[in-house]
Amino acid sequence: MKVKNGQSVGIDEIEVATYESFYADVNNLIEQQPSAHCVNYFAVPQDGGKFQLLCCIANDDEKIIDVLSTVVEKDAKLPSLTAMHRAFHPFEREMHELYGLDFDGHPWLKPLRFPHDRANNGTIYDYPFFNIQSEEFHRVGVGPIHAGIIEPGHFRFICEGEKIHHLEIQLGWQHRGLENVFLKKDNVLQRATLAEQIAGDTVVGHSVAFAQAYESLAGIEVGEKLSVDRTIALEQERIAIHTGDLSAICTDIAYQLGNAVFGRLRTPMINYFQKWCGNRFAKGLIRPGKTNFPFTRQLADDWKDTIAKYKPHFIEMAEEMFDLPSVLSRIERTGVVSAETAKSLGLVGMPAKAAGVARDIRASHPYAAYSKIDVNPVVKKTGDVYARARVRYEEVLASIENIEKLIGIADWSQDKSGYQPVMDAKLGANRFVVSLTEGWRGEICHCALTDGEGKIKAYKIKDPSMHNWMGLALAVRNNGISDFPICNKSFDLSYCGHDL
Amino acid sequence: MLESLKIWLHQGKQYIPDVTTTDVPGVFRGRPVITNAEVDEEALAKMCPMGAIGTHPMTIDLGRCSFCGECAFACPEKVKFTKDYKLASNTREGLIVRAGEDKPIELDETKIRPEIRKLFSKSIKLRQVSAGGDASCEMELNATGNVNFDIGRFGIDFVASPRHADGIVVTGPISENMAAPLENAYDCTPDPKVLILVGMDAISGGLFEDSEAVNRKVLDKYKVDLYVPGNPTHPLTFVNAMLSLLGKKNR
Repeated sequence: MKVKNGQSVGIDEIEVATYESFYADVNNLIEQQPSAHCVNYFAVPQDGGKFQLLCCIANDDEKIIDVLSTVVEKDAKLPSLTAMHRAFHPFEREMHELYGLDFDGHPWLKPLRFPHDRANNGTIYDYPFFNIQSEEFHRVGVGPIHAGIIEPGHFRFICEGEKIHHLEIQLGWQHRGLENVFLKKDNVLQRATLAEQIAGDTVVGHSVAFAQAYESLAGIEVGEKLSVDRTIALEQERIAIHTGDLSAICTDIAYQLGNAVFGRLRTPMINYFQKWCGNRFAKGLIRPGKTNFPFTRQLADDWKDTIAKYKPHFIEMAEEMFDLPSVLSRIERTGVVSAETAKSLGLVGMPAKAAGVARDIRASHPYAAYSKIDVNPVVKKTGDVYARARVRYEEVLASIENIEKLIGIADWSQDKSGYQPVMDAKLGANRFVVSLTEGWRGEICHCALTDGEGKIKAYKIKDPSMHNWMGLALAVRNNGISDFPICNKSFDLSYCGHDL
Repeated sequence: MLESLKIWLHQGKQYIPDVTTTDVPGVFRGRPVITNAEVDEEALAKMCPMGAIGTHPMTIDLGRCSFCGECAFACPEKVKFTKDYKLASNTREGLIVRAGEDKPIELDETKIRPEIRKLFSKSIKLRQVSAGGDASCEMELNATGNVNFDIGRFGIDFVASPRHADGIVVTGPISENMAAPLENAYDCTPDPKVLILVGMDAISGGLFEDSEAVNRKVLDKYKVDLYVPGNPTHPLTFVNAMLSLLGKKNR
């Protein structure tokens, strides 16, 4: 079954194949299409102890998503897709952990996030770490609580002297049971609030993905202006977070000027959201079918003023940073990810673009108002910290241009004045939808399934971090352990978005 | 070098001179004011995604409120969010805003442990622990240390080890998987110490209150010294909360 981004279809329209033919079809799609990549793959429990597996493979060239499905028994031995294509590893690990499904030949069938409803009874302290028995190596454990004010996760390094041979990242500490809470809280405002909390640094990215999925299931038409507003918000979120990330990258190489200047430049960017919707992270801005905060002409003028003051300082600081030998010596050739690794692990967002893989949902599966502006992904070749920082710099400038274009096409007369009540819409029965957005961190995917009464029976969230954590683990190999923080920051992955 | 000096010169002074009185830009939703207007309070309470609204007389619990402002949009004659960013209290009760009251939220001075001001009023080091936090409160706590808010000028700092700290700042609803590490960090902090909850998730559990993946038992064991509301907590809210707890004037 081929669908477009955000298009809902009847569950019955999706062909249910045997696992053997499902496995062959998925393999074929991945192997025959260089741009094909798995955006989500999960299991939904069915009556009688069976599980329906749903796999969504995005084809960037044809701008469609292939949805494949099969039904399996709990105790079946299933040949692992990861054995063929490593990009499937987190998805199969999740199904194994939650339901005990056995993926034969999976090279790394370890717990993913220790959810409260996992099939095995081990605790998060029973994680089977990889180990090397040798007197030459020593192990370094870091976390779950880190030195800075960031989320928790455990890193286990195997080092020879200062050189990292292997890094294993153990997550799950942040698991809040979000997908289950999402099903229990069946009011649309609660769900919109939860979508904002999936990853609190990607509020717009995730809540637009939720809004699209919800609107599609409910058959709500979104006006052109509302689409433009959302697109502006997505681009503004990218500007704000990238600016803060550049500040943090400077912190990790002890470049005080860059840290201070980018840090203070981030303030007017997130304060812009406060001017727009009363919250510096845009919480409350995106709601299905409506917004309480239309992007007005006055806000557009305000944005232009804010950017006019921001841009020259931002460019001046960035040009200095990327020209300074003491900065370059720390970020060039550090934490390298090759294009080959990026493709085989299915990396998305900055680590992919920095390695030369032009994967960007804004261009390949346009949504909101992206079809009205041309988005050309910023792509670099070297795949190192430098390239990932450089992608941020150039994406900020590109996002400024994108917002300028969007302001140019905004039809202000479409703004609805006055309060519109919250929509608790009736959703179509037995429907399925895939909703993709490109957050600042990379590709976000939300999948929703409704039951016979139009209630959501499964809601699966995929943050880009799900793909990229393994990329970080491989990027730091053969680097000095003191370069780990800068590698980590250049990926800037979400713990809560992964752990849910 | 010359380029660096130029940037320095171009930046000028960026700090906020007085963090206790500065105005926040735009439509910031801070302390709500509830009027005595007669409206369908049950409908408002039902609409609130966080269950923060109580009825007859109407109340808003800032420990639950996500400050989305939906109630103020639906019923502007009943609820108005002001730009007052001083939202913190040292009692859970102090976070409840009641109909007909329009007064600042203040700390109950009688309930502040005397050793807090005696020992920490000139310098306090804090260890932050995120326990299921969504990274927004964490980013705002980081922002308190940037050149704009510059919380360091008051002798307030975040440190890397709980052993170097005078207190623990918790964000997030406290996931089951983080409950033990959080308690560990608290135990490792030398006495006397303070415990501060930041954000609606830490204070009430938010939408995760009844999630099976959350374990908030640790909060029953220890005294909480400060509740700082927000979704996420604005840096000015946190800075002012600390100044109030420590009995410091803006200098």
